[in-house]
Amino acid sequence: MEQLTNNKIKTEEYFINMGPQHPAAHGVLRLLLTIDGEIIKNVDPDLGYIHRSIEKMCERDSYQQIVHLTDRMDYLSSHINNGAVCLAVEKALELEVTDRVKVIRTIFDELTRLASHLLWWGVMGMDLGALTTYFYAFRDREMINDIFEETCGARLTMNYYVPGGLMFDLHPNFVNRVKKFLVDIKEHLPEYDRLLTGNVIFQKRTKGIGLLSKEDAISYGVTGPVARGSGVHCDVRKTHPYHAYDRVDFEEALFTEGDTFARYKVRIKEMWESISIVEQLIDNIPEGDIKVPTKAVIKLPKGEFYQRVETARGELGVYINSTGTKNPYRLKFRSPGFSNLSVLNHISKGGKIADLVAIMASFDFVIPDIDR
Amino acid sequence: MMNIPLSITTTIHDWLFSIMPEGAATITEWVLIAAAYLALFAVAGLYLVLLERKVAAWFQFRLGPNRVGPWGIFQTIADALKLVSKEIYSNRKVDKFLFNLAPYFVIIASLMAMAVFPFSKQFQGFDINIGVFFLFAVSSIGVIGLLVGGWASNNKYSLIGAMRSGLQTISYELSVGLSILTMVLLSGSLQLSEIIEVQRTGGWLIFQGHIPAIIAFMIFMIAGTAETNRAPFDLVEAESELGAGFHTEYSGMQFAYFFLAEFINMFIIASIAVVLFFGGWLSPFGITEGITWFPEVLWFIIKVFMIILLMMWFRWTFPRLRVDQLLTLEWKYLLPINMVNLVLMAIVIWLNITL
Amino acid sequence: MSYFSDIYSGIKTLLTGMRVTGGHFVRIRSENITQLYPDNRDTLQMFERFRGEVVMPHDENNEHRCTGCQSCEIACPNGSIEIIWDRQVDPATGKKKKMIDKHIYHLSMCTMCGLCINACPTDAIVWAQNFENAVYDRSALTKVLNQPGSKLKAGIEE
Repeated sequence: MEQLTNNKIKTEEYFINMGPQHPAAHGVLRLLLTIDGEIIKNVDPDLGYIHRSIEKMCERDSYQQIVHLTDRMDYLSSHINNGAVCLAVEKALELEVTDRVKVIRTIFDELTRLASHLLWWGVMGMDLGALTTYFYAFRDREMINDIFEETCGARLTMNYYVPGGLMFDLHPNFVNRVKKFLVDIKEHLPEYDRLLTGNVIFQKRTKGIGLLSKEDAISYGVTGPVARGSGVHCDVRKTHPYHAYDRVDFEEALFTEGDTFARYKVRIKEMWESISIVEQLIDNIPEGDIKVPTKAVIKLPKGEFYQRVETARGELGVYINSTGTKNPYRLKFRSPGFSNLSVLNHISKGGKIADLVAIMASFDFVIPDIDR
Repeated sequence: MMNIPLSITTTIHDWLFSIMPEGAATITEWVLIAAAYLALFAVAGLYLVLLERKVAAWFQFRLGPNRVGPWGIFQTIADALKLVSKEIYSNRKVDKFLFNLAPYFVIIASLMAMAVFPFSKQFQGFDINIGVFFLFAVSSIGVIGLLVGGWASNNKYSLIGAMRSGLQTISYELSVGLSILTMVLLSGSLQLSEIIEVQRTGGWLIFQGHIPAIIAFMIFMIAGTAETNRAPFDLVEAESELGAGFHTEYSGMQFAYFFLAEFINMFIIASIAVVLFFGGWLSPFGITEGITWFPEVLWFIIKVFMIILLMMWFRWTFPRLRVDQLLTLEWKYLLPINMVNLVLMAIVIWLNITL
Repeated sequence: MSYFSDIYSGIKTLLTGMRVTGGHFVRIRSENITQLYPDNRDTLQMFERFRGEVVMPHDENNEHRCTGCQSCEIACPNGSIEIIWDRQVDPATGKKKKMIDKHIYHLSMCTMCGLCINACPTDAIVWAQNFENAVYDRSALTKVLNQPGSKLKAGIEE
């Protein structure tokens, strides 16, 4: 009563558990929100619900076996993760893979990135309430999955790269199938723009939401499309080229606005760049061996080795500490999702619950990548 | 009391009054009519759910339900049977009385609105002379159910959903009311059968009122979609934000009541639109005017389904608005435009430049 | 004036989106991507490299190619393969030779990484393309790959 007479309405902050089972989390991520009405005061991510101790398991496994575990981290860019471990092992062994392997790996990496971004596009629309986008994106992603399945035999956890090359050669249909897919996707991507990008509701929901400045992006260690949406030049494919990225012509998608819409635009542009990279390489895959012979038991020389690659979510680093045995003494993954998550609290404070959902969607979290 | 002079109803009416005293016969008649409308409610609700699922599938390169019966026509009946057989479960700390009361608010509001629908000239439960006003008033009772349900659930997600539903419905009722008022200005009557009769000679009201009527129709569709809490205004149950919103804690048939009521509300909004803008059960250009055996109710249903299809088209295309944008849209855009439109309509009628 | 241009452009973008979905709505017959799975079982063809489960092919004489070298068992990252072997007298040569008694494969533990098949020197195990692996009892997922009474094909050496 006293508050009413003072013309002050007292509001009370309350806690709400977003997750571990929540439709917007896309996995088992728990966010402890402090909310004032609908306005978010604090976001406290609580991790560990899908921790499988992959790093510890790596210490038990041989280097060939480690590769298949990385499929299970960021399952949407499994080829790229496999590539990271293979590159690290090859670097330690001072093994130079053939050109054919490099080009095929580049094509597969870019198709993976495309598939990942397609899924992200569908899910972004779904999180913002436009459910139809999900099915549009999956129609196209299914074509990539078929390409993968025909050559690798699996659709999600492929385990196609091995240290020293590839597990087996391309399927004879591969080139035709990819070309057909490229024709289709180039028709479908403009349709995506008409359906969602231009939509006034979508723009109102994303523009100016979740502002991340360039300085903050750097200081929080944010990488990938999220950082590039804030204007940070951080594409590992450009800064430290691996595979065959030094011989293809592509543009790093950079936008400086730093909001959710900029991150959206980065990924849309990356899809076009991926298409262009695949187009440049698909017609001239060099002949050659698909595998440089390695010993059945790979023993890395003593020392520390680090390799970083650009996954669909950002920079994945693989750190191997070897004592010269057939298992790594310590293997550490620097996963992009974990670092990107750290900035979530900073940029979603003061927004609404719906803004948090939009920001989460634009970060494109894969929870097993955060927890490992 | 009832003006349903279809031959079969007259026969039943005469037969009832011949076998029992007048009072008992009247009550029996009430019960029969109520049962008929309840059946209509259930069937319409279930098949609208099926239609929604089919339409959603077709927007998304899918086939939709196709397992239960031919083309899946018994799918929603199977779903309803499943929901009936499920336990009605509630949390330990819910407000038991309000929790169980809430679904009935919602369906009773929808059912009452159905009573005044002019399905055809003969098929109208209750031709009240303030029909539009009654429809409008009754359909806003439903929000009490949502508020009570969300509050009684003792769940923060439900509470947020309920509060959102409150502000959304209260805001958008203004727009629905004003756009209805615009059309009432043109038709000059609040009685639903009268409004339809006006359109028999002068053409459908959307053509009679041309520009202001089209603006009113657009505003009515936007506000009506918001009123039924459907996407892009489904903040109340925004599943990517709140799980299921106000009905998170409901299960079994109580959940089904909320679910069916949403679809019946859509039917109600579409019916109001058909009566006010598209001539109710009148055939287009009077093509079935002289055919006596042709059921006029068919035209009504066809038109309603076209409007419902439009609302489903909205739902499966647009992203959801944020809660502050929802209010911005209402108070900064729809309401001022609506008021100007009302004046415009008055001028149109005053200068007599209706078509 | 931006108030009115906002309304105009907003409605325009909304209608553009509706045209996209509406276009697919009317073309659903040709664009449908639903597969009627259990109905199309007869015509459903998986890719030949599809990793369904590991099997050991036997020829018409009930002979397989597994020498019991255990390469697959070592290569497997999660212990899905267990080989029970024994030294028996080879009837052809009269010498004692390593022979498998049981090649046990735990489908429930397998991650379909393909390392075992890659490691096999004699191509004794291959991928099968079946994918309907659901069973009611977990023990049914532990399979013995070599058929009872089968023996090693002549001429296959480690």
